[in-house]
Amino acid sequence: MSLLQSVAVGASEVILASGICLLLLVGAFRGDRALEGLSWAAVLLLAVAAVPLFDQGPGGASAWGGLYVADSLSRYLKLLILLGSAAAILVAVPFLRRARIARFEYPVLILLATLGMAVMVSARSLLSLYVGLELMSLSAYVLAAFHRDDARSSEAGLKYFALGALASGLMLYGISLTYGFTGSTSFEAIRVAFAPGAERNLGALFGLVFILAALAFKVSAVPFHMWTPDVYEGAPTPVAAFFGTAPKVAAMGLMLRVLLDPFGGMKADWQQIIIFISIASMALGAVGAIAQTNVKRLLAYSAITNIGFVLIGLAAGSDAGVAAVLFYLLVYLVMTLGAFVCLLMLVDSEGRQREDLADLAGLARTRPGLAAGLAIFMLSLAGIPPLFGFMPKLAVLNAAIDANLWPLAVIGVIASVVAAYYYLRVVKLLYFDQPAIELIVAPGEQGVNPLVLGAAAAFSSPLGYLLLGPLSAFGAEAARALP
Amino acid sequence: MLSVMILLPVAAALLVLWLGDAARARLVALATTLVLLVMGLGLWAGFDSSTAAFQFTERQEIFGGLFSWHLGVDGISLVLILLSLFLMPLCILAGWDSVQERVPEYLAAFLVMEALMVGVFAAMDILLFYLFFESGLIPMYLIIGIWGGKRRVYASYKFFLYTLLGSVLMLLAILWMIREAGSTDIAALMAYDFPVEAQTWLWLAFFASFAVKMPMWPVHTWLPDAHVEAPTAGSMILAGVLLKMGGYGFIRFSIPMFPEATVQLMWLVFALSMVAVVYTSLVALAQADMKKLIAYSSVAHMAFVTGGLFALNTPGIEGAMVVMVSHGLVSAALFFCVGVIYDRLHTREIARYGGLTGNMPRYAVFFMLFTMASIALPGTSGFVGEFLTLAGMFGTSTSLAVVMATGVILGAAYMLWLYARVAFGELDKADVAAMPDLKPREWAIMVPLAAGVLAIGIYPAPLLAPLKQPVASLVARLERAGPPATGVIRPVAMADPADPEPLS
Repeated sequence: MSLLQSVAVGASEVILASGICLLLLVGAFRGDRALEGLSWAAVLLLAVAAVPLFDQGPGGASAWGGLYVADSLSRYLKLLILLGSAAAILVAVPFLRRARIARFEYPVLILLATLGMAVMVSARSLLSLYVGLELMSLSAYVLAAFHRDDARSSEAGLKYFALGALASGLMLYGISLTYGFTGSTSFEAIRVAFAPGAERNLGALFGLVFILAALAFKVSAVPFHMWTPDVYEGAPTPVAAFFGTAPKVAAMGLMLRVLLDPFGGMKADWQQIIIFISIASMALGAVGAIAQTNVKRLLAYSAITNIGFVLIGLAAGSDAGVAAVLFYLLVYLVMTLGAFVCLLMLVDSEGRQREDLADLAGLARTRPGLAAGLAIFMLSLAGIPPLFGFMPKLAVLNAAIDANLWPLAVIGVIASVVAAYYYLRVVKLLYFDQPAIELIVAPGEQGVNPLVLGAAAAFSSPLGYLLLGPLSAFGAEAARALP
Repeated sequence: MLSVMILLPVAAALLVLWLGDAARARLVALATTLVLLVMGLGLWAGFDSSTAAFQFTERQEIFGGLFSWHLGVDGISLVLILLSLFLMPLCILAGWDSVQERVPEYLAAFLVMEALMVGVFAAMDILLFYLFFESGLIPMYLIIGIWGGKRRVYASYKFFLYTLLGSVLMLLAILWMIREAGSTDIAALMAYDFPVEAQTWLWLAFFASFAVKMPMWPVHTWLPDAHVEAPTAGSMILAGVLLKMGGYGFIRFSIPMFPEATVQLMWLVFALSMVAVVYTSLVALAQADMKKLIAYSSVAHMAFVTGGLFALNTPGIEGAMVVMVSHGLVSAALFFCVGVIYDRLHTREIARYGGLTGNMPRYAVFFMLFTMASIALPGTSGFVGEFLTLAGMFGTSTSLAVVMATGVILGAAYMLWLYARVAFGELDKADVAAMPDLKPREWAIMVPLAAGVLAIGIYPAPLLAPLKQPVASLVARLERAGPPATGVIRPVAMADPADPEPLS
């Protein structure tokens, strides 16, 4: 395949990469004044990068010598990633100005992470997978420490980096073991080597476990979740919003592809691991959140619980399970984004960002719209009908029952009741309690953020059910890309 | 028609929130509920009682083929929808003066509740049913938590988490059933014969949900807390309609979908009903708080419903439906009676009252009527229901009927004692003596409730007519499922239950 054909297949990434270089140059010359313009340019770039995704054929097209594949799964995930990244750039500017960290690197770093994620979900070889993962991770470490004068932010960056580096090491070790036992890094060759019935070696299983551990770290599944609350809490809020959305989608999508494509023949082996980390994540996320006093930490534990639920669909391993995972990721992305936007708009009369749970008390009296939005996101994350967050939970449970994973389904629903407690606590603070602090509508928060908040709230509300038809068709098509 | 009845209150709720003005919001809410009541009566007028089939059906495939917006009513749903629509304007009126805080939100919560209640009883798709069934938790959580009493936060959590835990297991059972039967349609699932060994598990999963909702002993403990802390109108709707969702669930899902399991496990329901009726009646005797007493009496009355339903014969099931409707009216009325004097003296402690016949004679008359209806005095709706359920239970198990009949006596004891302490005796407390009698608004709530209670008590035929065919097909379904293992069900020779003559 010629270079030009490869460029055509990977047009999104090529557009992103060239755009990033251009924006970096502009930023370097224009300085931090250019933040606003660069942000809009970055969003535009993300929109342009989405265009080639729409006219890809139904089948998968391989490129760059088999390192890269553009199929319906990568298309679905990339659209979600681009959406999440664009939102993370859009909602950040007023916050960055308030926190006096309005540097032009912010949109550029997010774009770099987005490029990494796009490569990740299109990877068809363990090497391109690793390169994409590292590009995303390195950008994310810098983003976590973006507020460099703030001790908590620096700590978050360092912690994320140290643990992330460990995970990368595990990943590389797993890749090398797999390569050693199969003689190839290509997904196709590994799939043939690990086909059901083929003779397998214990060492290959080790390779799988190491790769799985690194991926579990990226999706913050128990027992590799420890970094999540600290990084969410320490990182600037828009960065935490970004971590909670696009990278989770990318890592989970990657996990789907790696487990079902190259390691598809070892399903019996990885299924038990996934069931265990799914149960552990749901249980620990639900219980751990109860004692939190910081909204960002609460959202981190909420992420852990919800990832546990997503993993139910992966444990089922069926087409329905994959479709449920993809659908869950989409709804989860919107709900989490909405919750973080609410948090971004929580500014007290002295212009300080408030993020303690206690600060939410009585918000329904002072800012009814904001409170209603946050209540919708909380109840939707809890999966209480009629909010739209119920549907993805239903989809993964359905997949689990189809696969006869009864214990997993029962533990899942019980964990969701425990988790409902802390989501309800937020609603209680919002609606039952008296206001404790005075909040203001911060400058710059009247523009994009209420729009994003409103759109996300409408999607998470019962109105979302009207989109069920197209969304499930889209997800089912993406699920068919996996063997 | 049914879609409109669901969407109209939601639209009205949004309008009320948008208006943001208490006086206008009240009028909009009242007008909406009255319009819905008229629509409900229209539904009744156009209803064909000669068939067990679902009527007024609508079907829209707007959920991408996963499930559908499929609505319809049979006699059982019709009766419960009418009950909800009848109580709703009275609930709005009940909070007219006593709720002064965040009025638009309060009314919006009630309007949303109304839409969800109609949805629960009209859903013909099992997932749609689950959606409506569970959605009711959110507005009720807010009603208890925002406008409730001192321990409202505790009560609202308890209500929410208890009922949620019950329901999630049912959700798993529903998903399995959909996979097995290949349909989400309730009518298709009712006709599907699930494997007998699976039925037990499915039945238990549904039981977990409906027993909590009902509530049955020993999972009833959320109810006294929720009732006591909820505002008056919240208690009215909770006791009047929400508890009936449990009974509706049994009659719509558990019994027709798992007939074999129903017959196998009826002993469990009987045992719990017997314990409930005696135990909660005794507990009610010991209460010092009026609302708590009535809450415990609700649990006892619901035991009649479960006992009658699982007698699995025509009088038992019809009687259970009548008890549900009767209890819906009577408990709402009793909670309102408590609300009337609570608004005046701001205490629910029984000992703080006494001698109300002296200064509030009209109130005392209504209170007396509803007390008698709760005791099941002939001529009131309570009698028709309890008589039929006892007759049904007697046909299935004599010992059950004997224990349940004790409940009637205990019921008379705690209700009469309550009435005696509140209404009779010396009017020796100055603040009690200063309480004025009923206001016009309170008349407007008491009179329809009293009329309903008496009408059903004297001439229940119009209420029983739509029930006849659905109940007959339910009993036929049970017979087709094979003779019960224990052979305890004997055909009951009885007068036509549609035409009882309680007064002769």
